[in-house]
Amino acid sequence: MLLIPCPFCGPRDETEFSCGGEAHIARPLADTQISDAEFAEYLFMRDNPKGLFLERWRHSAGCRRWFNLARDTISHEIIEVYPMGKLPQSAAAKTTYGQSWRRDTAAEKAALPIKDIAKPSKRGGAA
Amino acid sequence: MAQDQPDRGQRGLPGGTPRYSAFAIAKQALNYHQGWQRAWRAPEPKAEYDVVIIGGGGHGLATAYYLAAVHGITNIAVVEKGWIGGGNTGRNTTIIRSNYLWDESAAIYEHSMKLWEGMSQDLNFNVMFSQRGVLTIAHSEHELREMSRRVHAIRLNGIDSDILEPDEIKAFVPIINIDQSIRYPVMGGFLQRRGGTARHDAVAWGYARAADDLGVDIIQNCEVTGLRRQGRRITGIETNRGFIKTRKVGCVVAGHSSVIAAMAGIRLPIASRPLQALVSEPIKPVLDTVIMSNAVHMYISQSDKGEMVLGAGVDKYNSYAQRGSFPVPEHMLSAAVELFPVLSRLRMLRHWGGIVDTCPDASPIISKTDIDGLYFDCGWGTGGFKATPGSGHVFADLIANDRPNKIAAPYALDRFSTGLLIDEHGAAGVAH
Repeated sequence: MLLIPCPFCGPRDETEFSCGGEAHIARPLADTQISDAEFAEYLFMRDNPKGLFLERWRHSAGCRRWFNLARDTISHEIIEVYPMGKLPQSAAAKTTYGQSWRRDTAAEKAALPIKDIAKPSKRGGAA
Repeated sequence: MAQDQPDRGQRGLPGGTPRYSAFAIAKQALNYHQGWQRAWRAPEPKAEYDVVIIGGGGHGLATAYYLAAVHGITNIAVVEKGWIGGGNTGRNTTIIRSNYLWDESAAIYEHSMKLWEGMSQDLNFNVMFSQRGVLTIAHSEHELREMSRRVHAIRLNGIDSDILEPDEIKAFVPIINIDQSIRYPVMGGFLQRRGGTARHDAVAWGYARAADDLGVDIIQNCEVTGLRRQGRRITGIETNRGFIKTRKVGCVVAGHSSVIAAMAGIRLPIASRPLQALVSEPIKPVLDTVIMSNAVHMYISQSDKGEMVLGAGVDKYNSYAQRGSFPVPEHMLSAAVELFPVLSRLRMLRHWGGIVDTCPDASPIISKTDIDGLYFDCGWGTGGFKATPGSGHVFADLIANDRPNKIAAPYALDRFSTGLLIDEHGAAGVAH
């Protein structure tokens, strides 16, 4: 049983949460032109590491808010909890984020720039 | 039905491996069973092979066997990081059926079913294939309608599927509770009589022995650490036992597919999830068929040892730990006990997990890649065991001919770009 540290409520059993899968998948903006294969990288292709994984979780049976975890998929150890819309701060998680193939994809380059994540915008944010 | 097979008489397998038979058991008994030979060799890896199969599970060993038996390619190695059949092949709940919705699925699972029907004879190895039927229960009006549509689609593809009413289900499965007031009442079901179970370990061992007999090297405790390329062409694999040169690599590693894919810069849509299963203490025979229920995420059968074999849905987060959390089997068992009250006093004897490679459309990936000579057979998720022979057979064809046949073609990786998904979420007894 995973004990998940909700940043708003505290540590709770995994049965209170839903997992949202890989974090930091930026949605390409509607008016950009990318190929079907490049769009498939956004829509279907996924990081699936044996090791540190950055993923989204939602406290569905509690505060119902989203947050991010850096979790090891072998030991299930949670390295870091950080807010939705932000990037991780721990060294290991930052490396994982920076080295991901997704950073070089056309889909990510066609999304809102990272610095705009925290600010509300006319187009709605990406995160 | 079993296809006509050449009479092997007292000859062994084609490569000379001695034949398994009742006569052999009697003969060996006279020598206190000291004369049995190794079922497969344990060779050191050669420097080079024509084809290397990464992954020594059922699918990988079947691929190697069919490459040798059907395509005459015998200079092959199967490299397995642990022991053969130690991954999902040894961890599943052994269900075999071909009653899927879409034409593409019917093609591959029925192709597999026909190979199951001749497997013990083809491999001279008793895989204990038992066509005891697979019955899927409908628990609501919606499920009844969906089931009806499904049965018609299945039958239009020439595959057997019968609809049963609750009283017919009770006659077929005496221990089931058809009280209409329970939380998930039995409102009907559809039955594939040709479906059933097989002994999962025996499938790995049977293919291993038959492949070894034809000259395939099975190399255990050999973990792939890298894929070497020259430009867009595979040149070999790096392993913990050295570099092995080859021009063709077939990757059949289920939950670890993304790990190997990343070594070649290949992107996959796969998420590796825990899938749990458990067996009870052995009891006298009370269930002689397989029951599946989508609504309660439960499937159950009884092994020949008398153990009730139960499985559930995946845990809903990524994991390579080969274990999941208790709420999943607990939720499944509470529904199982409601459907089968006799289970309520049973003690559960063993509980374990595997790593299933789930795909967004709950259908597998059988595909070439952007790298010449690199092929993937993965994404079977929670439903790979039943496809073992069919998958191996068509994957061997893909590797041998460098193009997919009619059965494999719809499962190419580029369907995620074209949008031609094959959505079988409703067919598996569990949600992905």
